[in-house]
Amino acid sequence: MKGSSVPAGEGSPAASVATSTSPGLRPPTRRGTELVMLAFAAGLVTLALILVELNQERSLSLRILWLGLAYLGLFGAAHLAVRRWAPYADPVILPCVALLNGLGLVVIHRIDLAFEGVTLPDGTVWDPVAFKQVVWTGIGLVLFAATLKFLSDHRTLARFGYTFGLAGLVALMLPGVLPGFIAPEINGAKIWLRIGPFSIQPGEFAKVLLMVFFAAFLVSKRDLFTVAGRRFLGMDLPRARDLGPLFAAWGVAVAVMVLQKDLGSSLLFFGIVLVLLYVATERAAWVVLGVGMFSGGAVIGWKLFTHVQQRVANWQDPIGRYDILGGGYQIAQSLFGLATGGIGGAGLGAGRPEMIPERNTDFIAAVIGEELGFVGLAAVLLIYMVIALRGLRGAISVRDSFGKLLGGGLAFALCFQVFIIVGGVTNLIPMTGITAPFLSYGGSSLLANYILIALLLRISAAARAPQRAPKPKPQQPAIADQHTVMVERPK
Amino acid sequence: MNTPLRRVGIAMMVMIVLLLGNATWVQVINADEWRLDPHNKRVLLDEYARKRGLITVADGTVIADVKETTDRLRYLRTYNNGPAYAPVTGYLSVIYGASGMERAENDLLNGSDDRLFARRVSALITGRDPVGGNVQLTLDSKLQQVAYDQLTAKGFTGSVVAIKPATGEILAMASTPSYDPNRLASHDSQEQQAAWKELTADGNGTPLINRATQGLYPPGSTYKVVVAAAALADGQTKDSQYTAAGTINLPGTSNAPFPNFNGQPCGGGQTASMELALAKSCNTAFGEMAAKVGKSKLTAQSNKFGFNDSDLKVPLPVETSVLGAIPDEAALYQSGIGQRDVRVTPLQNAMIAATIANGGKRMQPYLVSKVLGPDLKQIGETKPDELDTAMTSANAATLRDMMIQSEVNTGGEGRLANIQVASKTGTAEHGEKASENKPHAWYIAFAPAQKPEIAIAVIVEDGGDRGLGATGGKVAAPIGRAVMNAYLAGR
Repeated sequence: MKGSSVPAGEGSPAASVATSTSPGLRPPTRRGTELVMLAFAAGLVTLALILVELNQERSLSLRILWLGLAYLGLFGAAHLAVRRWAPYADPVILPCVALLNGLGLVVIHRIDLAFEGVTLPDGTVWDPVAFKQVVWTGIGLVLFAATLKFLSDHRTLARFGYTFGLAGLVALMLPGVLPGFIAPEINGAKIWLRIGPFSIQPGEFAKVLLMVFFAAFLVSKRDLFTVAGRRFLGMDLPRARDLGPLFAAWGVAVAVMVLQKDLGSSLLFFGIVLVLLYVATERAAWVVLGVGMFSGGAVIGWKLFTHVQQRVANWQDPIGRYDILGGGYQIAQSLFGLATGGIGGAGLGAGRPEMIPERNTDFIAAVIGEELGFVGLAAVLLIYMVIALRGLRGAISVRDSFGKLLGGGLAFALCFQVFIIVGGVTNLIPMTGITAPFLSYGGSSLLANYILIALLLRISAAARAPQRAPKPKPQQPAIADQHTVMVERPK
Repeated sequence: MNTPLRRVGIAMMVMIVLLLGNATWVQVINADEWRLDPHNKRVLLDEYARKRGLITVADGTVIADVKETTDRLRYLRTYNNGPAYAPVTGYLSVIYGASGMERAENDLLNGSDDRLFARRVSALITGRDPVGGNVQLTLDSKLQQVAYDQLTAKGFTGSVVAIKPATGEILAMASTPSYDPNRLASHDSQEQQAAWKELTADGNGTPLINRATQGLYPPGSTYKVVVAAAALADGQTKDSQYTAAGTINLPGTSNAPFPNFNGQPCGGGQTASMELALAKSCNTAFGEMAAKVGKSKLTAQSNKFGFNDSDLKVPLPVETSVLGAIPDEAALYQSGIGQRDVRVTPLQNAMIAATIANGGKRMQPYLVSKVLGPDLKQIGETKPDELDTAMTSANAATLRDMMIQSEVNTGGEGRLANIQVASKTGTAEHGEKASENKPHAWYIAFAPAQKPEIAIAVIVEDGGDRGLGATGGKVAAPIGRAVMNAYLAGR
């Protein structure tokens, strides 16, 4: 799977036909499909940008075409990176990510237009951020390509499990324990580090780092965890001493909730650990136990902290608490936007996202729901689902346990994060501020998620690539064409 | 590990389905609850952001226009010659809502009327903003100006209503003091608030009230035409004889005088005919006449002229004119000269004049002649509508002839040259100490008497510039004559 081994014209029809009809040759890489879908995504995003400009009654110019081409160029480069360094990677994931990222850019630009020249309540003039987000996208894609280039085999990561674990823990806890001038409290959450002109959210990276650690840890200790403890209510309970990691994770989640007042990250983190434990041990008891522990923690948090109580009360009655400070105003505005958008939406650029708070970060899904309607929001959710399921497919078909665990965890993390933030925005669950992957404005989230996607692609590439077996098995069809593959566990 | 991974996949799909289900609830099924919540300013802002339709008068002159702005409300409502037309157009204010025609025809003007449905659908498809329909009024711009100028020239508080007898078209509707609706339509909320404070302050003469439709006044002697109509319908004639005494005691009392104007006897004889009593406006004769007709027939006749019609809309809602309680014969005497608890709007009194002019057929008065789509294509037209036959044509002709005599007997300036007018004046006492309060001056008339083209009612509150010595003939008649002259001159 070295880059040099990729034949030219892999995606061309002739090559595909040749590979699919001749057993023993390499299975199709489907990179051509990826490129076509990327071009389609670029077309959609350009169209969205045109709609925004039209609805905002700005003059159309060739500039938009250039922007669309630049976007295609950016992701075309990412495509080339995949083609070179992970040729057998899943072809659907990158176009889906590109579409979400592009839509996010258009919406962020659209919000910039709504606030063009507006003086904010704090006296500063609105600072357009769309261009910054473009830069972040570029950096994110560089990081994406670098991950693919320097991580030719995801199993390498398992070797540095503990290092990643320590780094992740530090990153996660740092803003919570550092003093206010470096780690200021913004909108009630202490999750930022301010270094010079940059603000970063180390928690976004911690998410990926800790997942690598947990996957590595669980794979190495897997046999331990499957040793049954006592049976209770028809379930095999784990032995008490094996509960250590779960308690540790629970402790971290609670610490994040207490120190950083960041309910979303806390929930996300704990959910990921729980799923990793479940996948590693194949035992539902962990899930039941974990859910129980989290519920307990949540109840205690609710009893102890007013900001938790506020979120729950706002969730139950946004309108009744509309005028209260820290009350239901935000969620109510989000619901107003969503409901006014209705089925078809107001049209990109024709809604009133300026009325929605935190419109280009936490509540960006509400802006999409208002302007693109239920149809647009549903499409976005389904794209997320496609990414997560394609990632999961890679995890299912990859041969090594670490890859399975990491891939499954990454896919779940993406989907769960979407559930937490969109569920909050649409008032399905209490609102907890985290970003919508690839849509929300913010460099940290974008960079971390591009690394996440690069890892998913790496795992899917490993799953679909022909085995580098010294003894070829000519009768075996491409792995991707099989639904389930029974593989031996690596020792 | 693949079984738990597949279950994780199902969990991810469940999460997305939950989000989709909740989005369906918020955006589709339960959307109206959120969309129509009073805290949601979007619907209101959308309404204002839509290009509102114009209001024009009969000759096409635009009296309520829209101007595009750069602020977030997008369109500014502007009123041309605002104060002259304000009682009809009303105002459109973001803070204080709408009044007058802006309110009565709001659905059409803002484009949500069902008659504009097809255009809304096409706007949806073409992506253009829906635009409101236009309203064309029956008002005659020249006449409206004369009416307004006549009232304001001497600073009168009062109202003029002119109706085309054959159709019910309202040719003029003035009310003073008036106001400039542009200030209330301003997009500067401070300007709006300042204007509102000023216009609703005590002692400023309640300019926001359209006296023509909302002002209820004792009709005084103008009501005698209704009593005469009831008497004619009851079989009495213009030659029937009534007391000519200058003062009588009210029946059932020994010391409650019921005098003619200045206590003068009604002509030279012991008795006076109905014709003479109307021409000289003799109270004693009409008290006797009302008693002779009786309460029930007088009530029935009044209702045929439009009293007690709480549904009357032109389409501005009209206050209900009433006869009031008549517990005994003394009350019937007093009511018979339009005092006690009889209350009419200027519009009602104009309708009485118009009905007599129209041979006894009462036409529905109306202000909107046509409604036009945004493309100026006609989508609706008001057809003249006969509401009731208040009098036989013979009786109406008799009453007309008596009113011609009344006009001959009436003083005041501005008599029309070469045009025969049928009229009745009124000098209505009001308030606790009627003799110390300045009376309201009334004048109802139509012309040309034999082939009426215009019927008018004029009221000047509190004696106008004549104080206690005011009479309908001296204060109100010149205004009415000027309006009729303006309409008939050059025809």
